[in-house]
Amino acid sequence: MTGNGVLQILSYFALIVLLTKPMGVYMARLFSGERTLLYPVLRPVERLCYKLTGVREEVEQRWTQYAASLLAFSFVSFVFVYLFQRLQPRAGFSTAMTPDLAFNTAVSFVTNTNWQSYSGETTLTYWVQMAALAVQNFASAAAGVAVAVALIRGFARQQASAIGNFWVDLTRGVLYLLLPLSLVGALFLCSQGVIQNFSPSVTATTLEGKTQVIAQGPVASQEAIKMVGTNGGGFFNANSAHPYENPTPLTNLAQMLMIFLIPAGLTYTFGRMVGDTKQGWALFAAMSVLFLAGVFVVYGAEQAAFNMEGKEVRFGIAATSLFATITTAASCGAVNGMHGSLTPLGGLVPLFNMETGEVIFGGTGAGLYGMLLFAILAVFIAGLMVGRTPEYLGKKIEGKEVRMAMLALIATSAVILLFAGASSVLPFATASLNNGGPRGFAEILYAYSSAAANNGSAFAGLNANTPWFNVTLGLAMLIGRFLIIIPMLAVAGSLAAKKKLAVTSGTLPTHGPLFVTLLIGTVVIVGALTFFPALSLSPIVEHLLMQQGRLF
Amino acid sequence: MPAQLEERETAAPLLPKAGVHARPLFDVEILCRATKDSFVKLNPVTLAKNPVIFVVEVGAAMTTVLLLRDLATGAADTGFNLQIALWLWFTVLFANFAEAMAEARGKAQADTLRKTKTDSAARRLLANGKVEKVAASQLRAGDVVLCEAGDIIPGDGEVIEGIATVDESVITGESAPVIRESGGDRSAVTGGTKVLSDEIRIKITSNPGETFLDRMIALVEGAQRQKTPNEIALNILIAGLTMIFLLAVVTLQPFSQYSVTAAGAGAIPSVAVLVSLLVCLIPTTIGGLLSAIGIAGMDRVMQHNVLAMSGKAVEASGDVNTLLLDKTGTITIGNRQAVEFLPVTGVTESEMAEAAQLSSLADETPEGRSVVVLAKEKYGLRGREVSHHEAQFIPFSAYTRMSGVDFSGQQFRKGATESIAQFVRENGGTVPGELTDIAERISRQGGTPLAVANGRQALGVIHLKDVVKGGMKERLAELRRMGIRSVMITGDNPLTAAAIAAEAGVDHFLAQASPADKLNYIKKEQADGRLVAMTGDGTNDAPALAQADVGLAMNTGTMAAKEAGNMVDLDSNPTKLIEVVAIGKQLLITRGALTTFSIANDVAKYFAIIPAMFMATYPALGALNVMGLHNPKSAVLSAVIFNALIIIALVPLALRGVPYRPESAAAMLRRNLLVYGLGGLIVPFPGIWAIDQLTHLLGLA
Repeated sequence: MTGNGVLQILSYFALIVLLTKPMGVYMARLFSGERTLLYPVLRPVERLCYKLTGVREEVEQRWTQYAASLLAFSFVSFVFVYLFQRLQPRAGFSTAMTPDLAFNTAVSFVTNTNWQSYSGETTLTYWVQMAALAVQNFASAAAGVAVAVALIRGFARQQASAIGNFWVDLTRGVLYLLLPLSLVGALFLCSQGVIQNFSPSVTATTLEGKTQVIAQGPVASQEAIKMVGTNGGGFFNANSAHPYENPTPLTNLAQMLMIFLIPAGLTYTFGRMVGDTKQGWALFAAMSVLFLAGVFVVYGAEQAAFNMEGKEVRFGIAATSLFATITTAASCGAVNGMHGSLTPLGGLVPLFNMETGEVIFGGTGAGLYGMLLFAILAVFIAGLMVGRTPEYLGKKIEGKEVRMAMLALIATSAVILLFAGASSVLPFATASLNNGGPRGFAEILYAYSSAAANNGSAFAGLNANTPWFNVTLGLAMLIGRFLIIIPMLAVAGSLAAKKKLAVTSGTLPTHGPLFVTLLIGTVVIVGALTFFPALSLSPIVEHLLMQQGRLF
Repeated sequence: MPAQLEERETAAPLLPKAGVHARPLFDVEILCRATKDSFVKLNPVTLAKNPVIFVVEVGAAMTTVLLLRDLATGAADTGFNLQIALWLWFTVLFANFAEAMAEARGKAQADTLRKTKTDSAARRLLANGKVEKVAASQLRAGDVVLCEAGDIIPGDGEVIEGIATVDESVITGESAPVIRESGGDRSAVTGGTKVLSDEIRIKITSNPGETFLDRMIALVEGAQRQKTPNEIALNILIAGLTMIFLLAVVTLQPFSQYSVTAAGAGAIPSVAVLVSLLVCLIPTTIGGLLSAIGIAGMDRVMQHNVLAMSGKAVEASGDVNTLLLDKTGTITIGNRQAVEFLPVTGVTESEMAEAAQLSSLADETPEGRSVVVLAKEKYGLRGREVSHHEAQFIPFSAYTRMSGVDFSGQQFRKGATESIAQFVRENGGTVPGELTDIAERISRQGGTPLAVANGRQALGVIHLKDVVKGGMKERLAELRRMGIRSVMITGDNPLTAAAIAAEAGVDHFLAQASPADKLNYIKKEQADGRLVAMTGDGTNDAPALAQADVGLAMNTGTMAAKEAGNMVDLDSNPTKLIEVVAIGKQLLITRGALTTFSIANDVAKYFAIIPAMFMATYPALGALNVMGLHNPKSAVLSAVIFNALIIIALVPLALRGVPYRPESAAAMLRRNLLVYGLGGLIVPFPGIWAIDQLTHLLGLA
């Protein structure tokens, strides 16, 4: 590791610490229905939305209604995106969007995964990219935030039957949060040289005299929301490694900040809404420890091997390691280098980040509700050791909460392990592998981990555009998204209905270093225990073999 | 006789002795019974209720079947597979044994109780006043029976006429007889107890099979044991973890197939090895001990001579935030005692002491007797023999609020200050302002003033003091550290109450409390999110006992109180509420500690088994064999043996409970996390290593 590299990483982290509180306060006010900065401008627009759609903003929903609204919204979005791709004007573009690929892509964008089995610049029209995919980048991100906010309300309220109104939360998330941030972000990116046009591809003649087709398009507008909404789906297949998407070190820093902006801010929102900001900072601290540990493992491994393969020279090892950790800690999936070219240990961290459910800041909303799932488990397992039945923030953690948390945990583990298991022995699946040995297995594991965690990044090397992978990865994304959201909304409903218990010195303190350690332990051990056998057959053994001089 | 009863209560030690129901943790009878039951419990139908151990049993059956097939075909490795199969069966048996041990203790107790439940004959009173002999089992609620000295009381009931001494040792283990009399709060009698003297009429209140003794037998036997809410939730957690590990192990089969193909070396792990990994990973430790912990918790309560009506009540007592403690008998020893004579100016202390003693001669209340005793001890005044001829005793009445004696033309009186003042004025005397000053001063100090007068002359004030039980202050401070607020309930005026509250160190008090006040206070606390525990014995306590999250009824109390509470203290010692809270906490801590320990154990087992499984495929994975285990077979075997033995090793801990000391939640969590979390992470490494050394030495693998 170099001093410069460490400094880059730490200054990035310092910026996140600074941005957390203002973002958190803004979101807490927004979702509590208080006036915010943009209220005078946007309130009429918000009203108009409700008027047009017939939403009654003052009517709150029970958790079942909230979940039903979310599912209905996602389903309609899915149908819409699917048809858009299938019906896109064929002229000028190949007919590559087969039913399975269109299914995969539609699911991918609706679930905030943005796994891309296609190559954006060659298979989709600008129209589809903007009207179908970019819209989902907003909608799916806002839906994630809505679920997190609903869960927070579950902790904050007592003896209440409702947890908010999905349509209102969704509208506010898009209108007051995502739109302004991406507008500012897009303008900034444009100023740094990210393109924003509707021009056809440019044909250039290279120095060697060959011709090169350079794709164009409305990149900046999609780039901003791809980061802010932790979507990660690049306009170009090369994603943020492409100079049109991420031209300078400054845009690189801005993009990394944009990824963590909302997830980090939500920890503060959580603390503020439950009436004790220390609770929010505790989650922030647990996430930070895991994050920094991950960054330095990746950076250490990459720097030690001086591994520049798959990295852009304009970013270097530190910024690429940082980006790789951020994008898999959050469920973003944007990349500024090739994860498939990371060293085994460097690749282990992104894998592990995803397999523990991306709770290290995580996706917009998804990170917070995922971390709260672990907090519930941590409190339940260790909370008993203070001699009381477990409680978190004054809410008793009982059978229902544990059942829902376990359901979510089992669903994601099952989908990763079962599909990866099948894919590692089915001949038509292994045929997609470009690498053999443990690396090939890691590619499969990475693909399903990425899908189930709604990340969207890939280890490359795997040709995922086959019916088998398109369909199974699509299913993994659906399960990884909705089998966490629904149980967590059920938890929200159950918690909201409970009484808040008084806090005494006999109560397990959930804001100190002890709890932070416990929470980290739970995330790491539960994650490690589930995936240790699989990981030991991929990056771990690969690392050991590399030390013996064998590469794959 | 009431005095004797009072004394028993007063003398009850702060730390209650273990009741007669206590048995040593391991005795031969219980061990034999438990060993037998562990085999009975192999029945898959009953075992299916415990998903974790059921999975182990299925795994054991699978390996056994495959072993038999191997034996038939003469395949290799049968020695290893045999050992694995055996240890898997041991794992199931050990888990069964833990549960059986916990149950056996209860069953042994139930047997003892059942022996006393003979079908005694009863004398039923008929409507026409005649008596008929019937079997106790024929009695129905509402019947009236007659019992005299030597009779066994045929069923639960209320004394409606008469007074008798009763031997309740069957239920309480206490050999000293107790008084049962009609009316008031000491009217309840329990079937199976024995009348020692006098004759009483009892109205039967329960039908056969529903008596207190029947319920007690069912409870200690655990026949209708229901899982508590927290136990259910914990079961979901460990079942969920089992499911996750099942997935991790099942998918290891294709993963290894891929790896074997890719590496071109090694073989896919055998079923026995995969099952071994699964059994090592699923939380068998907590899965095997969970129900034993619950049963043992109930049993510990029982050993303190408290009968918990459900495990839920024991669990709730760990959660209690507020303890409502009756002042009398809980915080203070039962009765007030005279500590000082304070005469008004112009009267000597001995003059006043004599008057006080005379006025108390016929007063059989503990307060009255303490006045006589104080006069004797301090002024050498011997109680005089005063016969009814020369003196007329004036008993206490609620109307006059004083008592005394008319003796050789003098009228000695003692009583409430206002009443005495009125008495003096009525006799034409004047009341010195000093008298009320002294009385107020005593009140402020938490004492009870008792004025003394002789006809028209007010003599002074007796200082009656509530004596706070020794060690009470320290115990209440302990509770405070644990985050439990103590609230003293008293009928005293706020001034007196405040002084005693300060002396005893309670956090809050409720003065001049009526039963309704108590109930409202509980409701208010609960509305603020607190769980409340209280004790009670009277019928008017019943609503509050029912409302409280933990209601500890006194066995001497009325049937209504006993039915309303969810625990009955057979010793009728209200201080025991504090012990019950501690036992509840200990139960929960034990569960949490063993769960944490169980999960933390897995890390080491991975390091034992994973390299062993894939050493042939990827020799590089040998680097993970940090324990340096001899060979793959002994590594797997050692992990399985460790996993089985740890269950047995932890049985005593599960039955006795994790050592508990009162401290704040943060301190407790830090210590327990260190011991059971970090300990659980580390212990298996040397453990598995040692077993590996041993198996290698013995040439087992």
